[in-house]
Amino acid sequence: MSETLVPVVPPDTTRPLSAQRVVPLRHPGRWITGAVVLVLVAQIAHGLATNPFYQWDRFQYWFLRPVITNGLVVTLEVTAYSAVLGLLGGIVLALARLSRNLVLRAASWVYVWLFRSVPLIVVLLFLYNFSALYRTVSLGVPFGPAFWHFDESKLATDLVVAVVGLSLNEAAYAAEVVRAGILSVDQGQHEASAALGLPRRYQFARIVFPQALRAIIPSYVNQLIGLVKSTSLVFYVSLLDLFGSVQSMGSTYPGDIVPLLLVATAWYVILTSVISVVQFYVERHYSRGALRTLPPTPLQRLRANLSALRARVRRETAI
Amino acid sequence: MSTATATAAAVEVRDVHKWYGAHRVLDGIDLTVPAGEVTVVIGPSGSGKSTLLRVVNHLERPEIGQVSLGGELIGVRRHRGRLRELSERQILAQRSRIGFVFQNFNLFPHLTVLDNVAAAPVATGLLRKPEAQELARTLLGRVGLADRSGAYPRQLSGGQQQRVAIARALALKPGVILFDEPTSALDPELVGEVLAVIKDLATSGTTLLVVTHEIGFAREVADRVVFMDGGRIVEQGTPEQVLDHPRHPRTREFLSKVL
Repeated sequence: MSETLVPVVPPDTTRPLSAQRVVPLRHPGRWITGAVVLVLVAQIAHGLATNPFYQWDRFQYWFLRPVITNGLVVTLEVTAYSAVLGLLGGIVLALARLSRNLVLRAASWVYVWLFRSVPLIVVLLFLYNFSALYRTVSLGVPFGPAFWHFDESKLATDLVVAVVGLSLNEAAYAAEVVRAGILSVDQGQHEASAALGLPRRYQFARIVFPQALRAIIPSYVNQLIGLVKSTSLVFYVSLLDLFGSVQSMGSTYPGDIVPLLLVATAWYVILTSVISVVQFYVERHYSRGALRTLPPTPLQRLRANLSALRARVRRETAI
Repeated sequence: MSTATATAAAVEVRDVHKWYGAHRVLDGIDLTVPAGEVTVVIGPSGSGKSTLLRVVNHLERPEIGQVSLGGELIGVRRHRGRLRELSERQILAQRSRIGFVFQNFNLFPHLTVLDNVAAAPVATGLLRKPEAQELARTLLGRVGLADRSGAYPRQLSGGQQQRVAIARALALKPGVILFDEPTSALDPELVGEVLAVIKDLATSGTTLLVVTHEIGFAREVADRVVFMDGGRIVEQGTPEQVLDHPRHPRTREFLSKVL
């Protein structure tokens, strides 16, 4: 055994230890697993591209057809209105839930409980039939005389029904997201604001909420992406959104169902990607002050990686 | 030192009791903090020192007893011979005249150092934004941080953060400043820079009420030292009386442990 301890290659004594380079550890396992995964991905991509079942020529035909882009606009409209109204509703509900007023707390809890329990499609269909249940909506003294009457059928267009339904549902989830964000802000921040005598509104709007946003944004964007896809349900209240248009075209051109579904998929992927990019920059904005240094933007990271790679190549070739 | 305070005010604490359930935190506190003087409160953990400070600016409401600042009751008002609670808006207005420096600084992490100091005078309507920023720059210069006004709190050391917190309290030109163990969260080598700023305030005639474990600081700066234990004031007097010739055995026992 003792002879194996003697190094076969004599140590380099010509250079001092500090001047000698360490050969980096090689990772063959990483290369092999990487290669396996790449082959699998290539197979899937090849299958997608060459399988005639997907009919990519028809995909191209449909992708920018006005009937599809009109549906896309409806999807965007419904999403935008519901996202804003849902978030505002969520903020109100979260504040009610955290208020010192027992009635507000209970009402908020019941709302969230109810709308998280009822499936969105049921809410939408319920609202769709709402005008049959209540023919007019009036504004006035509760249980007393009414000052103002609305004709429900004029008020409730399909778009309004869809937006109201999605917002009601979205607000219940947003409420919990916002509440979690507010609770994540350190108690010391509330105390410091109170000790400085900052007005209540200022305490919330300028001190607590901006800090809560850091925790709210990732969860709310999650919600938002869910919402983009939930809008496909508005098809059932006879609103032709992206999915609705695809469905109706699919029943008119049954041979094109697969490429049409691919068109819808592609657009939903694009929407989600855009939202994810926006999320990165919004998150970065609100992490100002929370982190000592801001995370690099993808461009900065790419540049850093490239220069690191260049340095490494130079080092390895030098050995 | 025109940037320090409007007018130094005296704090009077009268027969204050505070309890959480069966636990008595403050058990009949009577204390006068004379205007322009430095009163240092010492005592073991859980003796009620911090709660006393929090009662003074009404972050905690006493079960019994009253606090007044410059003769004005805090948190309550007299109305037709009875004491009535003030609205939150009125309490906030009173608090803006009482500076409070926390053990953990509690700076606003999402605002720059300058905005931390300038925010409150603007939000409470004391100053317009340009004036508030001008004042903030002056105050940051006074605590030795003129060059860090654009930094965010987390980019500063603990000692620097606490100095910003002191500047933030000064920006409202308070009649009194309360310090709740201002150096307890700091590394030993950073304690000195914060105490130096407080000493500077002490010599400028601001009313200070300081809870601290720094006995040396109390001896050097305090006009009066108050020793608390078990929610009561055990003894009070000049630093020589309380720190060098304590009359009460409990004070002697405490001092023998911390000195």
